Amino acid sequence: MRRIKKIKSLKELEAVIEKETELRKSDTRAVLTVSAGTCGQARGSLKVIDSLKTAIKKGNLEDKVKIRVTGCHGFCEAEPNIIIHPHDLFYQKVDPKNGKDIIDQTILKNKVIDSLLFVDPNTGEKAAQESEISFYKKQKRLVLGDNALIDPTDIFDYLSIGGYRSLLKVLETMTPEEVIPAVKKSGLRGRGGAGFPTGTKWEIARKVKGDIKYIICNADEGDPGAYMDRSLLEGNPHRVLEGMIIGAFAIGATEGYVYVRDEYPLAVKNITLAINQARKIGLLGKKILGTKLNFDIHIAKGAGAFVCGEETALIASIEGRVGEPRQRPPFPAIKGLWGKPTTINNVETWGNVPIIIQKGAEWYSQIGTDGSKGTKIFSLVGKINNTGLVEVPMGITLREIIFDIGGGIPGEKAFKAVQTGGPSGGCLPAEMLDLPIDYESLTKAGSIMGSGGMIVMDEKTCMVDVAKYFLNFLRDESCGKCVSCREGTQRMWEIVKNISEGYGKEGDLELLEELAKIVKDASLCGLGQTASNPVLSTLRYFRDEYEAHIKEKRCPAGVCINLIRYVVIPEKCTGCLACKNACPQDAIRGVIRGVHLIEQNKCIKCGACLEACKFEAVETQREEAIRIVEGGTEK
Amino acid sequence: MQTENLKVQSFIARHNSEKRALIAILQDIQAEYNYLPQESLRIVSKSLGIPLIDVVGVATFYRAFSLKPRGKHLVTVCLGTACHVRGGPKILEEFERRLGVKTGETTLDNKFTLETVACLGCCAIGPVVVVDGNYHAHTTIRKVNTILKKYAKEEIKNETH
Repeated sequence: MRRIKKIKSLKELEAVIEKETELRKSDTRAVLTVSAGTCGQARGSLKVIDSLKTAIKKGNLEDKVKIRVTGCHGFCEAEPNIIIHPHDLFYQKVDPKNGKDIIDQTILKNKVIDSLLFVDPNTGEKAAQESEISFYKKQKRLVLGDNALIDPTDIFDYLSIGGYRSLLKVLETMTPEEVIPAVKKSGLRGRGGAGFPTGTKWEIARKVKGDIKYIICNADEGDPGAYMDRSLLEGNPHRVLEGMIIGAFAIGATEGYVYVRDEYPLAVKNITLAINQARKIGLLGKKILGTKLNFDIHIAKGAGAFVCGEETALIASIEGRVGEPRQRPPFPAIKGLWGKPTTINNVETWGNVPIIIQKGAEWYSQIGTDGSKGTKIFSLVGKINNTGLVEVPMGITLREIIFDIGGGIPGEKAFKAVQTGGPSGGCLPAEMLDLPIDYESLTKAGSIMGSGGMIVMDEKTCMVDVAKYFLNFLRDESCGKCVSCREGTQRMWEIVKNISEGYGKEGDLELLEELAKIVKDASLCGLGQTASNPVLSTLRYFRDEYEAHIKEKRCPAGVCINLIRYVVIPEKCTGCLACKNACPQDAIRGVIRGVHLIEQNKCIKCGACLEACKFEAVETQREEAIRIVEGGTEK
Repeated sequence: MQTENLKVQSFIARHNSEKRALIAILQDIQAEYNYLPQESLRIVSKSLGIPLIDVVGVATFYRAFSLKPRGKHLVTVCLGTACHVRGGPKILEEFERRLGVKTGETTLDNKFTLETVACLGCCAIGPVVVVDGNYHAHTTIRKVNTILKKYAKEEIKNETH
């Protein structure tokens, strides 16, 4: 990257942005944009980059083609992927072996490499361009879209797409009293889960008297199954910083914190780098760009506690204490970090702010539904064809997201449920697929928007097992302050665990419902208040599955290992030995080309045979002889 | 222990001996030693003027901290929701069987520590297993042994050098 020189005035910033935009435009080289977020790197994108670099160097093509290493493009299923400009090509699942070909064929000879194109899982059609891919068609990528345009480690790249122009506009033409109504009018609501109107939050913080005010970016993305905040911090950290600086100006804050999960090493690295660059170039610090604005940002790293996503617990954690939530009011806006007025917004919320300023509140508020404006990023994961981060306008239906964008369920299995909102959310069944998504509709259906996790489940997912999973998570993560949450989640987990193991009895479901209600009513913070949702929503929509476990000792999905056994279907078995070789217990008998048999007394139900069989000859069947013990299992 | 003391002191100094930096200091110590040695907690307590019980409180509250020494290789199995529905728990069981330890424990030869994490945010490529910072995507029960062998092999290679 080029050396960073301090920018001393608004005029100078404008000139720099213009110069960078011009430089970008005048660079006529072909661009290979390689996604290298955490997922991309896990799939080998760094090796792909190396192979491309080698091919470019060998061919002396530095003046014809450049590589841009970006964060995540959102389409995780297709990692590592490369977007090629000006050809407008989208290559997916690129292997380091392909590097030379891409340079030789596509760059030099303008030929499309057919084998690297995306194939639609449903139609079998190939798509050469991003815009042709069903995954991208219904998306509106306001916040995430720029990830594919910039190298997140280079502030000049962000400036070259007009980055920090919103900040410029704010500092040049607006007063704090004008920024807040704009954010209010846009209808932006908190993207972290609760959906509190952002503008109102800012207004309260602005009005509070105080010598020092803080703002915090909540990047403690604790919901298992959600990773849009990681993607933004990794792929476009300056967007988040720009939002925060605008927020600081509006609220009158002088210091900010980014509280980020330690489990996201690349996000920590990129946001730290971005802060250092912003400081160097004069966008953070004293008298920013020659104005009266003083503002700086620090990093605070989490240490693996889910509850620290709750704002009062997060504040305690930044202060170096145990992350236990406290009673509100006083709300952090009045009394927050070190007792000072503090405004906390989620990463995605901050990322929306520059767009609102740039495009105007009116424009922004036309996207979405009456109560929920703008777009929302969801992480579409689980049993789904096109896994990835999808950004859609509020009001889109679950069906559109799962089937049009997500491409449906793999392996011709049936859709069973979608889990939204993480451990605080719930599972919605097929009947709810036409539900338009916004904050209110999801809550009404028994789930929540949450931070945007969307885990798709098929017929082979057991809903009792899912409830057990979330309860186990919550009993583990409960900070222990409130008895109702600490003991309630533990007891609910024990009951559901017993049910899943075949020890459920009459009255368990009623007891669960009673407990769930108490935990909800008697707990202090959001974790406890919503801890019952996974249980209540699965009971509401999938009660028959619980009953099958309790009354018939049967797991309809074939997941709960006490209630199933693995068997080989003789008609389907080809005698290929794959399962036999995979079995860690030597529990499978059979010779090559002969039908295999699983010895039940040796089987530990690890599932290796099911995974190894290519002919669907291994199945789970109902375990006939279940021992029923009065009183259930121990912890 | 004298030189070790100095190291811990330097981490404290790096954060200007500020009470508020307790978590960051513990993170630095853990990055150095792979766990939090008892002696280091005493030093931190004394230097920052925070009662030892509170230092230990923080060290035990947050999942990232370990009070026990960890093995040479750290195996972390992701148990996020997406990994869960794709079979993460079965992968964990296979690691437990292969290594002969339960989650949170270290093998007797001190080579492997097995841990779990609530979510790594790589849900698309689940089930995910991270060994020493290297991500293994789409893990299967059968891949578990291959992964372990790879790190055991490196071990042998290093020893013969």
